[in-house]
Amino acid sequence: MSNEAKPHSQDFHHHGHEDHGHEGHDHHGHDGHDHHHEETFISKYVFSMDHKMIAKQFLITGIIWAIIGAFFSVLFRLQLGFPDATFPWLESILGHWAEGGRITPEAYYALVTMHGTILVFFVLTAGLSGTFSNLLIPLQVGARDMASPFMNMLSYWFFFTASLVMMSSLFVQTGPASGGWTSYPPLSALGDASIGSKIGMDLWLISMALFVVSSLLGSLNYISTILNMRTKGMSMTKMPLTIWSFLFTAVLGVLSFPVLLSGFVLLLFDRHGGTSFYLSELFVQGKVLPNEGGSAILYQHLFWFLGHPEVYIIILPAMGMVSEILAVNSRKPIFGYLAMVGSMFAITVLAFLVWAHHMFVTGLNPFLGAFFVLLTLLIAVPSAIKVFNWITTIWRGNIRFTPASLFSIGFVSTFISGGLTGIWLGNSAIDIHLHDTYFVIAHFHIVMGVSAFFGMFAGVYHWFPKMYGRYMNQTLGFIHFWITLVGAYLIFWPMHYQGMAGMPRRYFDYSNWASFNQFEGLNAFISFVVIIVFATQLLFVFNFFYSIFKGRKLTTTNPWAATTLEWTTPINPGHGNWPGEIPEVHRWAYDYSKDGKDFIPQTVPVSPDESGH
Amino acid sequence: MMTMNAPKNKLHPHKYSLWIAMASITMMFIGFTSAYVVKRSQANWLAFELPTIFYVSTVLILLSSLTIYLAGRQFKARNMSAYKQLITLTALLGIGFVVCQFMGFADLKSNGLPLSSTVSASFIYVIVGAHVLHVLGGVAVLMVMFVRAFRTRIRTYSTIPIEVASTYWHFVDGLWIYLLIFFSLAR
Repeated sequence: MSNEAKPHSQDFHHHGHEDHGHEGHDHHGHDGHDHHHEETFISKYVFSMDHKMIAKQFLITGIIWAIIGAFFSVLFRLQLGFPDATFPWLESILGHWAEGGRITPEAYYALVTMHGTILVFFVLTAGLSGTFSNLLIPLQVGARDMASPFMNMLSYWFFFTASLVMMSSLFVQTGPASGGWTSYPPLSALGDASIGSKIGMDLWLISMALFVVSSLLGSLNYISTILNMRTKGMSMTKMPLTIWSFLFTAVLGVLSFPVLLSGFVLLLFDRHGGTSFYLSELFVQGKVLPNEGGSAILYQHLFWFLGHPEVYIIILPAMGMVSEILAVNSRKPIFGYLAMVGSMFAITVLAFLVWAHHMFVTGLNPFLGAFFVLLTLLIAVPSAIKVFNWITTIWRGNIRFTPASLFSIGFVSTFISGGLTGIWLGNSAIDIHLHDTYFVIAHFHIVMGVSAFFGMFAGVYHWFPKMYGRYMNQTLGFIHFWITLVGAYLIFWPMHYQGMAGMPRRYFDYSNWASFNQFEGLNAFISFVVIIVFATQLLFVFNFFYSIFKGRKLTTTNPWAATTLEWTTPINPGHGNWPGEIPEVHRWAYDYSKDGKDFIPQTVPVSPDESGH
Repeated sequence: MMTMNAPKNKLHPHKYSLWIAMASITMMFIGFTSAYVVKRSQANWLAFELPTIFYVSTVLILLSSLTIYLAGRQFKARNMSAYKQLITLTALLGIGFVVCQFMGFADLKSNGLPLSSTVSASFIYVIVGAHVLHVLGGVAVLMVMFVRAFRTRIRTYSTIPIEVASTYWHFVDGLWIYLLIFFSLAR
């Protein structure tokens, strides 16, 4: 019996705390851990409860979504860059959505909406936090698995189901949702408002509801694992910054996604229950609607109460991984560990207090707006602390340039250049001019999209050896990094100027708009770069899948000479992670170049003559 | 044994997860009720009396909190037949609560306030309905525990499941009290 409880948690085993006939997951952990019981293909690769396999499932699903979402952006950039050209091959893949080789306005809006939804939720939330929280939390805190491996498995399968529903919405006759990734009513509430507001919108809402459930199940597990299942000696302040970032990410998710869900529930009732939460005094197709008393702005409040924390849900895991990767590859301790934790905490708190900065031009009371300006600008403080600490971490470091460390440095670069424009947009007065222009697109793509992707790429290159026991190809990694970095700036930097000139976002065709004719060549240039950058991402995807099977094999358990616990496991760890006892932790995760030693793993006891840090 | 944790009064991970889940559910209802507050301050708000049956349901759910508390005590005393009776009673009270809520909906409807009539009524249906779903979730858990209590081959001595179920049950009870007070004050 004690054998059975072993993988679940060392506490129970030791104290003889019998946990009889608990759920099935005890059994499962037992199987994987002792390696004497064969796992079937289904239980190992499909309905797996091993956090490492679930991480891979999230990652590969995320990669598939990223290809689709990015490809959509290529399609609508073709329209924006070359509005007069026709591409007959478009008609062969999109059918009547691209009659004569030019995408229709309806298709354009559907592509834009799906691009946003897919990238924000399916790739940068599930694909990023889902992958790395799952992979790293148990490995870095020293646990056999998550607090509830079963719920963890459910989390992936809810995500998978959400993915299927969203995917199916691409193939319905009236097309997917097309009212923007924010799905503002009344466009999203009235089936007659546009063709994308019909069944596509319902599928969008169902998919997103499933997605919220998946995210909640995941976050619950991440929090209780981090707070409950740390190995002996792993006090909170000895945790690597990755773990802190996943903790704050999960807290944000747990507290903000439910609010989004309540907003969606009200929206569903407006669509199908005849209620008027968001609807009032509307005319559609010449008819007066009976709905009265609702407020479309109400939805925006509920949406952005999630929507703003969501951007930190996306960026915090990237921040954590970048901190870790920069320290490992600079062979230096992270600069200002507690300041890093404190600033992430500050960001987490402020994330809930700034949502109305998305709504400065909705008729928000300017007096109230001033508070949101203040709180928004306050976020610059912890962000600046973090940037300072990353730079001082690599300052005079013995830097190893791997694809992971390059992407981490790239992250710092894009986070600065995208973050600074956030200070512009956070000012309600400047926002009146810049709101809904290409400036906003440039800002959030650089600070959230590109930066988060860089963090994700850094994480994949860095922890790929832990996931698959092989390395990814470095040369392809370098090519991937440089083209992506230069390309990302070439794509988004010019958009600042377009935005300052007043060019509004979400328009299908600007060619009849004399003010923006000057940007004709620039638009074509941006689209051209988009195609090159997209092709380069396919190179990464090739590298990823090729390396799973053919990459150079690992010969050592600790390829990057890192201090953290995941590198104390075997090259291909089984379910349960450590074949023997879970190691005990004696020091923080950043003892690099200390007392003449290159690095000291967390498992090494502190010797009496060691210098403090 | 050097890797073992020193004995600590740590919360069981499942209990911890439950607390986080309850925080999450609370946020959902905060979302609902703050939407209600925002809407209420705008024009065209129609105030009306809550259906009186909601007070009956309040009594039922309060009683059920008492019965599940007693069930936990009987379980710890290994007094299994009393335990089975008490969780059955709790589940029945829960179902009674749900029935009362639906009678409340019928009451509203017969007084000319169906779901789509006015925003203030729509909110009652949606928020009370969302709460009912959470109560039904609790009832489902109780049914699973009821079946488990009858298993003879595998005996459960762990008090974790009953403690988790009990905490959740008190939580949906408290949530209802909050909603009732909220609806009464902010009409």
